[in-house]
Amino acid sequence: MTLLAQATAAGQPSCYSRLTNEWFCTQYLHDYRSEIVDATTQHLTITIAAVLLGVAIAFPLSLLARRLPRLESSILGVSTGIYTIPSLALLPLLVPFTGLTAATVIIGLALYALTVLVRSMLEGFRSVPDEVVESATGLGYGAGRLLFRVELPLALPVIMAGLRVATVSTVALTTVGSLVAYGGLGNLIKDGVTTDFRAELFTASVLCVVLAVLLDALVVVVQWLLTPWTRGVRA
Amino acid sequence: MNVFADTWTYLTDPANWQGSGGMLELLVQQLLISVTALAAAMVVGLPVALWLGHLGKGGFLAINISNIGRAVPTFALLAILVTADHPGVRTFGPYGRAGVATLIALTLFALPPLITNAYVAVREVPADVRQAADGMGMTGLQKFTRVELPLALPLVMSGVRLALVQVWATATIAALVAGPGLGRVITDGFYRSDYPKGIAGAVVVALVALVLELLAASVQRVVDPTPRGSRRGRRRGRSAGPRRVDGAAEPVGS
Repeated sequence: MTLLAQATAAGQPSCYSRLTNEWFCTQYLHDYRSEIVDATTQHLTITIAAVLLGVAIAFPLSLLARRLPRLESSILGVSTGIYTIPSLALLPLLVPFTGLTAATVIIGLALYALTVLVRSMLEGFRSVPDEVVESATGLGYGAGRLLFRVELPLALPVIMAGLRVATVSTVALTTVGSLVAYGGLGNLIKDGVTTDFRAELFTASVLCVVLAVLLDALVVVVQWLLTPWTRGVRA
Repeated sequence: MNVFADTWTYLTDPANWQGSGGMLELLVQQLLISVTALAAAMVVGLPVALWLGHLGKGGFLAINISNIGRAVPTFALLAILVTADHPGVRTFGPYGRAGVATLIALTLFALPPLITNAYVAVREVPADVRQAADGMGMTGLQKFTRVELPLALPLVMSGVRLALVQVWATATIAALVAGPGLGRVITDGFYRSDYPKGIAGAVVVALVALVLELLAASVQRVVDPTPRGSRRGRRRGRSAGPRRVDGAAEPVGS
């Protein structure tokens, strides 16, 4: 064992070679840079597309659920039902419709984000005080202006909290997309497992967590920019 | 579409269900490993979280553990556990290939929802009820076992339900690396371009997930100590669980 280690140290100093196979290796980061960057870019693209699609579907759905209370429980029920289905099972169920493309992953992840987003949007709209809505109506605000100028801004903190949850879990779930070869960093993880390549596997795993933390921070910053009136009263 | 017909043929062919490596055996494996992991997580996590809730300490950790758990990809953790020398890819009794690694990963992923819900459940027992218990001269332990625990039970159960769903999903993902269970039908199908097989596996996994969720929901309703006469009460009770937890798991508006 020691002999082998010395031999590699003398001959080939690369710390990701078959013989040493270390978990962390800066040489790997250097040599495989373009591959890592490509995977990270794909991961980011899929995550962001999925969350945006989720928001785009969740917003009208939550408005609909709010307008028609009878629909609310069925909308919540269906989205919770989707959430119950394991991600690895949901993607194959979409394949007959969308094929082995990035769209399969994006739509699947958007469906998951939907559950959290619809819930938090409904919660957010509910948190708007009735008096404020009544005052706005009294001032002559129409439905559209009431929604975008009064209700949405006041609901934003709760909605953004839901968006944070959705974003972070979407980053983690994107890895499962490696089933249809569109998993971003998940592709590296899968390759790392099948070829027993520890540096690749570990780097990709750490990058996933880093991406999740960064995107979470990004949502917080966006919230901070969008809700200037809450800055002074932070409890 | 053609794929659907082929999927149906795969599902209805008894040969695909029977024998070693058949779907029935894999289904049993996955159920067994999920239940074991959930039980292990409950034994480890619930007493600590409930008692911390009683003391009112460690709330930051108990609530944020869910947020941390959400950021770690299941797949990555499983991959690391399988590639490491310990516990590796070995088979483990009735749990099958990579049993130990999967069991550890499943237990870890079941812990966050259990801990967060149990902690919040005890914390949310109304203060006046606690004071009444104090006024009746109950000791700390009596208050915990006879007042706080029964009132916390519904929310604790909704944590168990979340954990069950989570564990089942994680057990499926285990197949992407080397785990036992039905996920293997899905991955085998996809990696060998036998899509009807992959989709058939997905259908079974999804159906079992829904059945488990419904079972857990009915158990939750049975253990709820507060009587539910009216329809409205029942509806509120069902939807209140997860929603309250979502709010608790994430410091809303902060």
